[in-house]
Amino acid sequence: MTTQHIQVWINQISTVLDSPACLSDAIAAANIKPPFAAAVNMQFVPKKNHAVHPLKDGDKIELIVPVTGG
Amino acid sequence: MSTATDPLVLYGEVFQSRLLLGTSRYPSPQVLADAVKASQPAMLTASLRRQTAHADTSPVFWQLLKNMNVPVLPNTAGCHSVQEVITTAEMAREVFETDWLKLELIGDDYSLQPDTLNLPLAADHLVKAGFKVLPYCTEDLVLCQKLVDVGCQAVMPWAAPIGTGQGPVNPYAMKLLRERLSVPLIVDAGLGVPSHACQVMEWGYDAVLLNTAVALAHDPVAMSHAFAQAVAAGRQAYLGGAMQAQTSAQASTPLIGTPFWHQA
Repeated sequence: MTTQHIQVWINQISTVLDSPACLSDAIAAANIKPPFAAAVNMQFVPKKNHAVHPLKDGDKIELIVPVTGG
Repeated sequence: MSTATDPLVLYGEVFQSRLLLGTSRYPSPQVLADAVKASQPAMLTASLRRQTAHADTSPVFWQLLKNMNVPVLPNTAGCHSVQEVITTAEMAREVFETDWLKLELIGDDYSLQPDTLNLPLAADHLVKAGFKVLPYCTEDLVLCQKLVDVGCQAVMPWAAPIGTGQGPVNPYAMKLLRERLSVPLIVDAGLGVPSHACQVMEWGYDAVLLNTAVALAHDPVAMSHAFAQAVAAGRQAYLGGAMQAQTSAQASTPLIGTPFWHQA
């Protein structure tokens, strides 16, 4: 049995994940450390749903961290 | 009147300072920390950006923010659509663990002028979602009124475009806005020197939000302190009630009994 893959975009960088994949898999691939927040296809995904939010081929994921601001 | 008896009240919350400070563009994290210590602001603004491997300063800033122990006002800087604003706001609420939000919806990249047509729509959504929205806007009276109508309990008109340091470029509109709206008004953007801050506070504005004027000063720590004093002085002057300006000279020393005086 061959492993299926999906291609997603994490902060505009192409990433291949084993399928099925959830948002937590993308976060692990990005090696991002807390605190951060996530959105998929412009929709916010709260932390409690990271492990259950399914990803599909072509999803655009934004992972953002706190920075200085005016 | 001291700040203890004349606090800034936003969305029912009391703040002892009328200065809000941005955290960007300082020479170093330590200078930012020292500027905050010198000015004791009511809130500090912060933002969210993609993590980049080559310039990851987020953990340092996050720890600094925690150490400074000042309420955080996240912004939605860089958003160009209502959907971007809404998503960024929700992400900010989770990261910063606060309902406070500086709503920024940019309509023109060159001037960084807010998208005045869609700002009330974004504000309406965010207020209904439970955010305490402080919208960055222009000094347009009708726009500010509409922001109040959708539930913003304070608005933040610019004095001049962000980062220009020009000071109030439209005093007539800003004074008219103060006369017509009763909600707290916070001048956000465009101030360059403490006298600008003092001026708008004398007009009755409730607070001032600064970043560049402090961060790019030769000595940001000294400048933050100067701005804090100017804001306090302007507020005291507003409460004190300025005299009416006169068109001709009026001697302040009594004329009666003037020595050597004689009728010509």
